[in-house]
Amino acid sequence: MKFFVDQLVLGLTNGAIYALIALGYTLVYGIIELINFAHGDVFTVGGIIGLTLIGIFRLEHLSPALLVPAVILLFAATMTITGFLGVAIERLAYRPLRNAPRLAPLITAVGVSFVLEGILFMVKGANQISYPNLLPSGKIGGGAFEIGITNLIIIIIALVLMVGLHQFIQRTRIGRAMRATAQDRDAARLMGIDINRTIAITFFIGSALAAAGGIIFGFYYQSIVFDQGFEAGLFAFTAAVFGGIGNVIGASLGGFVIGLILTFVAGYWSGGLQWASVVVFSILILTLVFRPTGLLGMRVAER
Amino acid sequence: MSRSKGGLLERLAQLPPKSLRAFATDTRVPGIGLGLVLVLFPLLDPNKSHVNVAADAGTFILLALGLNIVVGFAGLLDLGYAAFFAIGSYAYAMLASGQFNIHIPFWFLLLTSAFTAAFFGVLLGAPTLRLRGDYLAIVTLGFGEIVPRVFKNASTFTGGVNGIVGLDQPSFPHVLGFPGYKFGFNPVPYYFLILAILLLSVVLISNLRDSRLGRAWMAIREDEVAAASNGINTVTTKLLAFAMGAAFSGFAGTYAASKLFIVSPDDFGFVVSVSILVMIVLGGMGNLRGVIVGAVLIFFIQRYLLIQLPGWIAALTANIPFLASVDVAGYVQRSNYLIFGLILVFTMLLRPQGLIPSAQRKIELELGTTEEAVADLRGSA
Repeated sequence: MKFFVDQLVLGLTNGAIYALIALGYTLVYGIIELINFAHGDVFTVGGIIGLTLIGIFRLEHLSPALLVPAVILLFAATMTITGFLGVAIERLAYRPLRNAPRLAPLITAVGVSFVLEGILFMVKGANQISYPNLLPSGKIGGGAFEIGITNLIIIIIALVLMVGLHQFIQRTRIGRAMRATAQDRDAARLMGIDINRTIAITFFIGSALAAAGGIIFGFYYQSIVFDQGFEAGLFAFTAAVFGGIGNVIGASLGGFVIGLILTFVAGYWSGGLQWASVVVFSILILTLVFRPTGLLGMRVAER
Repeated sequence: MSRSKGGLLERLAQLPPKSLRAFATDTRVPGIGLGLVLVLFPLLDPNKSHVNVAADAGTFILLALGLNIVVGFAGLLDLGYAAFFAIGSYAYAMLASGQFNIHIPFWFLLLTSAFTAAFFGVLLGAPTLRLRGDYLAIVTLGFGEIVPRVFKNASTFTGGVNGIVGLDQPSFPHVLGFPGYKFGFNPVPYYFLILAILLLSVVLISNLRDSRLGRAWMAIREDEVAAASNGINTVTTKLLAFAMGAAFSGFAGTYAASKLFIVSPDDFGFVVSVSILVMIVLGGMGNLRGVIVGAVLIFFIQRYLLIQLPGWIAALTANIPFLASVDVAGYVQRSNYLIFGLILVFTMLLRPQGLIPSAQRKIELELGTTEEAVADLRGSA
């Protein structure tokens, strides 16, 4: 029982990270129907930017009283910087190709992914970089239901961001503009929505959420490596497709499901860790074949 | 008959300059010259390592030609192309080595590996090619990740992380009084083999391109709905492109494995798939000449420039006090990802038709595939 609870908590923690990345895929796909291959690497870059800020402001040595506002500021700053990186990528690489044949932006996205990975590889090399955990460690609860505080905080952060995003999309003017643009870009433009600005905001939000995922990943695994975004990105994309691409709640749900599947495969099947990614990719292919709209998906236009 | 006004001598005197002029303007001449250079170079160049590099370059040209069928002709983005390369390599490694003590002749496996890879291509493509085009990219990406992992993890069959060492090397049997010939580790016979394969492939692919099937691929690439309403079965046609691309990759895999003598699961990663994509994007999607030039260029960067350049830079900067501490050479050595990424992005943004464009593809990429573009295309064709 204890093992099961441990695995469950671990799975939800991993799932929180994948869900945060998956939201970026699903938002961008929903609005411009582009698989943003660079998104997984934006996640890594976010983690590295967070690490750099921790280093500059020496947050590791901060007194515990100041730590809570410091971590909140760290998230805010990293998410903002990475958000603008996403906006820059969209502006420079994707916007000029918006009316090009579909192959062009896809190839460009692969290229941007390699540019980001290449810069990280050049600057940081291929080794694991150690990452401090600024979240409190220790455990709460007792017996079989002993849960790591770090895990709990990570899951809460992710849930807060997800609920916040959902409210933002449903309730604000910009959120409504995003939904309208996703539904019908031309009609949205006729209604006076600034399409370019709306798409830029979408990239900002998606990249910011991935950055939050990057910091959380760093905190939890206490290391980061230049190409982790590739696999994490694929898992997160699988989560987005599984939940129904274009659907925010679906992506969150899919992220947690993929996290749980990965963890349970690795935990209950000796040698399963090696096969975990094979299992996830199989889920991706099976979902696409048998239920391309995903669990909660509604609208996937055939093109 | 009426043209022969002058005498025989007069006509003979006219002949040489005339034929020389014809020789100079004949468009086949550069091709024949290049062919002669390619055939004679291993015999004239005493340095075997050059021949070896050229033979390896041939593998990548073959891979690029195959991927060009999928991406360039049919417009389907395959990001896991190295998976089929891995399948071809491992098929040969398992059936022609001491691994299971099976020793099927190279020449037979060279042909069948193409079918093996095509079979896996159909297996993956049949369910997924019905989906939207960009889902195919991510599915092939996943497939490209799975295949090397399976080879790595199924260690009872594939030798696991160590791969399989000691593959059979091709040889000509001793028949009808002809002495047998073993390829061994001499690169020269491998070079001529890949040269012959490439020649055949170029003829085959250019005929394919102009055939009914090739025109169907391009129709689908330009406008799938219009192609379907003109009676093209889009799923079968796309599946054929996918299978043929895979076949070339499997073919190249068997050749490369026999030449390399070993297979290792780490040689077929995402970087390999992307580097082949970079070759055809840079050279010019859909154009055979462009694809070959792109493959040679990228192979040169990968195999020569990125290996030699750091050493040169280290030698240059060693005496400059400021730069010596920065490790510029190290940065250059780790720049391959960045270079590939920049090539992809800037080619798509600035010259999407590539260095040597296919005329048709250029129009599509510059004007988009809207109704007007198709009308333009019809007018110019």
